[in-house]
Amino acid sequence: MQDNRKWVIIGLFSLIGVIFLVKLFMIQVMSDDFRRKAEAISIKSIVDYPHRGIILDRNGKELVVNAPVYDLMVIPKQVQMKDTLAFCETIGISIDDFRKSWKKACDFALERPSIFLKQISRDNLHNFQDQLSDYPGFYINARTVRNYPHENAAHVLGYIGEIDERGLERDATGYYKAGDYIGISGVEAAYEKELRGQKGVRHVWVDNWGREKGSFKDGEFDTLAVAGKNLISSIDLDLQKFAEELMVNKKGAVVAIEPSTGEILAMVAAPTYDPNLLTGKEASGNFGKLLLDENKPLFNRAVRAAYPPGSTFKTVQALIGMQENVINSQTVFPCNKGLVKCHFHPTTDLQRSIQHSCNPYYYQVFRRIIYQNKLTQHDSTFSVGKDLDYREGFTIWKKYLDAFNLGRKINVDLVSEVPASIPGLSLYDDRYGKGNWKFSNIYSLGIGQGEVLTTPLQLANVAATLANRGYYYTPHLVKSIGNEKSIHPEFTTKHTVPINTEYFEIIVAGMRDAYRAGTVASYAINPDLEICGKTGTAQNPHGEDHSVFIAFAPKDNPKIAIAVYVENAGFGGVWAAPVAALAIEKYLKGKTSKRLEWTKDYVIKKRFILEPQPEPTDSSEVPEKPAPAPKKVDTVRIALKEDKPNQRSEK
Amino acid sequence: MKNNRHKSSIGEGVDGLTILIYFALLAVGWVSIFAAVYDPAQPWFSFSLNYTKQLIWIGTALVIIVLILSFDYRNYETFAYIGYGLMLFLLLIVMFVGKEINGARSWLDFGPIRLQPSEFAKFITALALAKFLVSSEAKTESLRTKIIAGVILFLPVAFIILQNDTGSALVFSVFVFVLYREKILPEWILFGGVMMAILFVVGLALKPQSLFYFLVIPILTIAVLIILYIKEKKPSIIVFILSVSVALIIYVYSTKYIFEQFLAPHQQERILVLLNDDIDPQGRGTRYNLFHSKVAIGSGGLWGKGFLNGTQTKLNYVPEQSTDFIFCTVGEEYGWLGSLLVIGLYLFLMIRLILLAERQRDKFVRIYGYSVASILFFHFAINIAMTIGLFPVVGIPLPFLSYGGSSLWSFTILLFIFIKLDAHREQQMERK
Repeated sequence: MQDNRKWVIIGLFSLIGVIFLVKLFMIQVMSDDFRRKAEAISIKSIVDYPHRGIILDRNGKELVVNAPVYDLMVIPKQVQMKDTLAFCETIGISIDDFRKSWKKACDFALERPSIFLKQISRDNLHNFQDQLSDYPGFYINARTVRNYPHENAAHVLGYIGEIDERGLERDATGYYKAGDYIGISGVEAAYEKELRGQKGVRHVWVDNWGREKGSFKDGEFDTLAVAGKNLISSIDLDLQKFAEELMVNKKGAVVAIEPSTGEILAMVAAPTYDPNLLTGKEASGNFGKLLLDENKPLFNRAVRAAYPPGSTFKTVQALIGMQENVINSQTVFPCNKGLVKCHFHPTTDLQRSIQHSCNPYYYQVFRRIIYQNKLTQHDSTFSVGKDLDYREGFTIWKKYLDAFNLGRKINVDLVSEVPASIPGLSLYDDRYGKGNWKFSNIYSLGIGQGEVLTTPLQLANVAATLANRGYYYTPHLVKSIGNEKSIHPEFTTKHTVPINTEYFEIIVAGMRDAYRAGTVASYAINPDLEICGKTGTAQNPHGEDHSVFIAFAPKDNPKIAIAVYVENAGFGGVWAAPVAALAIEKYLKGKTSKRLEWTKDYVIKKRFILEPQPEPTDSSEVPEKPAPAPKKVDTVRIALKEDKPNQRSEK
Repeated sequence: MKNNRHKSSIGEGVDGLTILIYFALLAVGWVSIFAAVYDPAQPWFSFSLNYTKQLIWIGTALVIIVLILSFDYRNYETFAYIGYGLMLFLLLIVMFVGKEINGARSWLDFGPIRLQPSEFAKFITALALAKFLVSSEAKTESLRTKIIAGVILFLPVAFIILQNDTGSALVFSVFVFVLYREKILPEWILFGGVMMAILFVVGLALKPQSLFYFLVIPILTIAVLIILYIKEKKPSIIVFILSVSVALIIYVYSTKYIFEQFLAPHQQERILVLLNDDIDPQGRGTRYNLFHSKVAIGSGGLWGKGFLNGTQTKLNYVPEQSTDFIFCTVGEEYGWLGSLLVIGLYLFLMIRLILLAERQRDKFVRIYGYSVASILFFHFAINIAMTIGLFPVVGIPLPFLSYGGSSLWSFTILLFIFIKLDAHREQQMERK
C-alpha cells in the first residue's frame, strides 16, 4: 500500500517531465515556425542607399551634383544635459524649440535616434560641430540632396522626388520602397536606372529596443550598394545659359542639335525655372507655385508643345516635290495671291521660293504632290477631273513626313515627349466623309498650317537633316554613361531620309539666301556665320502668330542646327531668327559680335509674356510650415496630369 | 564512538549523488545566467552583473551548506516549532515594513541584501508539519490531526497571499503529495485533484454549447453505472456516485463564475491567453512574455544555437531572462537535447529524493524528504510549464538555475537539511 503511493507520486512526476519533453520536441524540433519568428523579430535589414550619379555638360561642367545636408540627431536615453541654455545657444535655437524637439524625440523612442534639427547649413554646422562632443546623445547625420550649381536646363535635367503609389505599382522588379526617391522628369527620369545605382542591404541583429547589435552571420547575406553612374550630357552649358537668357520673358522653345551626331546642344523651354526650387525642404511648396503659374514654367515646350511648323515646312515640301518628280529646280510658279495670301516679292523659281517664302508656289507644289503629276490642261487650278485620285498622293506625302520623323515621337531620351501630329486620310474622311473632300480642303497643309503640328524638337531634327543633306541621328541629351562611356545604341544609328542628296543643295542655297537677303530682319543678319535658315509664321487662332525659325550653320560642314519658336511674336524673321542667329554665333564664335550686340540687348529686353501677377502671399506668415510628406507625393501626381494640357490651347 | 565519527567529517554519510546533481544544476544555472546577461560591448566583470552576483550567492550557499551539515541533526526537529513561530512573525512583519517589488510586499530590505521570508517559509513549514505528524498526539485516522496539519499549512499561505504573492502561496499546495503519502489524505485525492484541474480548464475552454455535449456523455455513463450498481444492490454507492456527478456538473458550469470572481483581471488574462490563440497573436501586450519565451525556446531546435549564440535571450526580447525565464536560455542555446538534460537532472533528483525518503526509519525524515521533493517538483513543473505555454505566467523561480540569493539559499537549505538528516539515518530512532 505504501509502495503503491510512492510509485503514484514518482509516476506523476515523471509524467510531467515527459509531457514537457514532448511539448519541447514539438516546438523545437517538429516546427520551424519559432525559428522563423525569432529571425523576423531579431534580424533587421538595413538598406544602404548608393550615391546617385551626377550629370556633367559636354565640356565637363557640373549640371547636377549631390549637396550634403546635415541633420542633428538625438538618442534621448544617452543625453546628459547639464546646461540646456548653453546648448541652445551653441546650436542656435530657442529654448522653446528645444523643448518641442526634445518632446518629439522622446515620444518617438528613448533608445533610438530621431532627427532633432533638420537640414543645418554647413556654416552653422561649423559653428558648433566641435562643441557637440560635450553633449553625449547628440550627433550629426549627413545625407545628400540634388543640387544644380548653374540653375539652368531645368527641363532637360528634370527632378527627383519620393515615389508615389502608382510608381510603386508599376515597379515590377520591386526595387523601390515607399519613401525612396526616383527621377520624375527629364534626364533624371529617363536615366533613372543608370543614375540610381543599386541599393545595398545589411542584415543586423537588433535588440528589443531597436539598437543594432552586430551583423547577421558576419554579413554572409549582405550586398554592397553600387554607386549610380555619372552621365555626360550633350548639353553645352554656355549655349544653354545664353539661349535661356535670350528667351527670358518669352514663351517658346529653342532646340539646338549637332547635326553630325544628333547630340542636343541646348534645349530651352521658356519660361523656365530654377531647378533648385524642386530640391530640399521647400520642394513641395515651390512645386505648387510653379504649377499654378499661368505661363506654365513646368511645361517642356521643346518636346511637349505641338505648333504648326509654318513656312519652315516648305523646305520639306520642296524636297518631296523634287523626289516625286513633280517639280525640279527650274520649276516656276507665279505668285498668285488669289490662291493663298503672300507678301510682295518677284516671281520665283524653286530656290527663290524658299528665299522669299512664296505661299502660292507651295500651294502648287503640294497640289502636284497630291495629284501625282496627273493634272492635265483641262484641270484648272481650282477644279480637277472628278475621277482624279488624290488618296495615293496624300499617302505618299505622309510617308515622306514619317521619314522626316514629323508628327511622330523622336524618342529623345526624355520620358515626356509627345508625337504632335500630321493628319492622315482618316482625319478628313471622318470630318467630311469619304470622297466628300478634296484639295481645297487641305491646301493649307502645303504651307505648314492647318492640321500639321510638330514639336520644336522635330523641327530642329529637320534642320539637322537639311544640314546633313539627307540623314540624321536621333537627337539625344546624354552622350556618355558612366566610366565605360557607353551610349544607348539607338543614338548611333544613322537614319537616312528617302530623298536624293543632290536635291538638298538648291534648298540649302534658298535657305542661305533667305537669311542673307530674304525674310530675315536685317538686325539678325551676320553674313560671317554662313547661316542657312528658313523663317516661319505659325498662325495662331488664339492670338498673335508664333514666330518660327529653323537654321543650320555654317553652310558647309555644319556644326549646329537649330529650331526656335517664340510664341505670339509675329513674323519668324523678326524674333525667332535673331534668337537663332545669336545662339549660332555664340556656339560657333563663343561670343556675340559687335554687329549683333544691339540685337542681343533688343531680344533680351523684349517681353512677350504676361506680367507676373502680384502675389497675395505675404512673407510675414509663419516662416516654416513643412508640408507633410505624403501630401507632396499627391501634388506630384496631380502635376503629372496637369503637365499634359490640351496641346491646341498651347499654340 | 558516535561522536568521534560525527566529528571526523561533516560529509560523513551524505548522499553524494544528490549533491552531484545539485552542483550540476548550479553550474547549468550559472552558465545560463552568464549567457543571458553577458554583453560583449560591456566589461565582462562588474559587481552589478547578475552572473557575478550569482557567484557570490553560490559562495555563500556553500557556507550555508557547511553550517547545515555542522549542526546536530536533532536540532532541526527540536527547533521546528520555534522556527515556525519566528517565520510567522517575519511574514507578519514584512506586510508592514516590507519593500514592494512587482506588486508583492514580500521583501525585507537590509541595505545591500534583500530577503524574501516566504522563500524560507517552505522548509520551516515542512519541518513543523513533519514534527507534528510524528508527534504522539497525531493519529493518521483522526479528523483532529487532519485539521491541525491543515492549519499548519494554511497560516503561512494566508500571510503570503496577504502579501499579494500568489505564486509563492501556490507552492504550499504541493504538501498534498506529502499528506497523500502519509495517508492523511485519501487514495483518490491526487486523481481527484487532477480531474478537478482538467475540468476547470475544460469549463473555461469550451463554449456553453459544446459544454452541453460534454455533459451528455458522463450523464449516460452515470446512468449505466447506476443500473450496474442497482443489480448489485449497493444503494449507498449509487447515492455517492450520483452526488459526485451532480457536484462535478455544477463545478464545470460554475468555472467561469469562479474564474471571474476569484481571479484578478491580469490573472484571468494570463489564463485566457493560453486557451485562445487569437488573443494578441503578435505578442505585443498580454501575450508578450509567453510569446517571446516560446519563440526563444522554439528557435533552439534540436542542438540549440550554442553558448552565447542565443539571440532572443541575448537581445533582451525575453523578459526576466536570468530569473524566472532562465529556462529560455537553456532551450535556445542548447536546444531540445539541453532541455532533455536539464529536465532529466530534475527528474533524477526528485526521484532520488523520494527513494531516499522511503529508506528512512524515521517518519520525520521521510515526511521532510517528501516535502523537499514535492516543493522542488512544484517549482520545476510550474516554471517550465510557464515558459513553454502550458501554464499561466507565474513569477516563481526554477530551483538552482534562476538568478537570485533568496531562492538559491532557500532551496539549498531545503535540500541540505534533508541530506544532513539522511546522513544520520542509521542513528535515527525508528518511528513509523
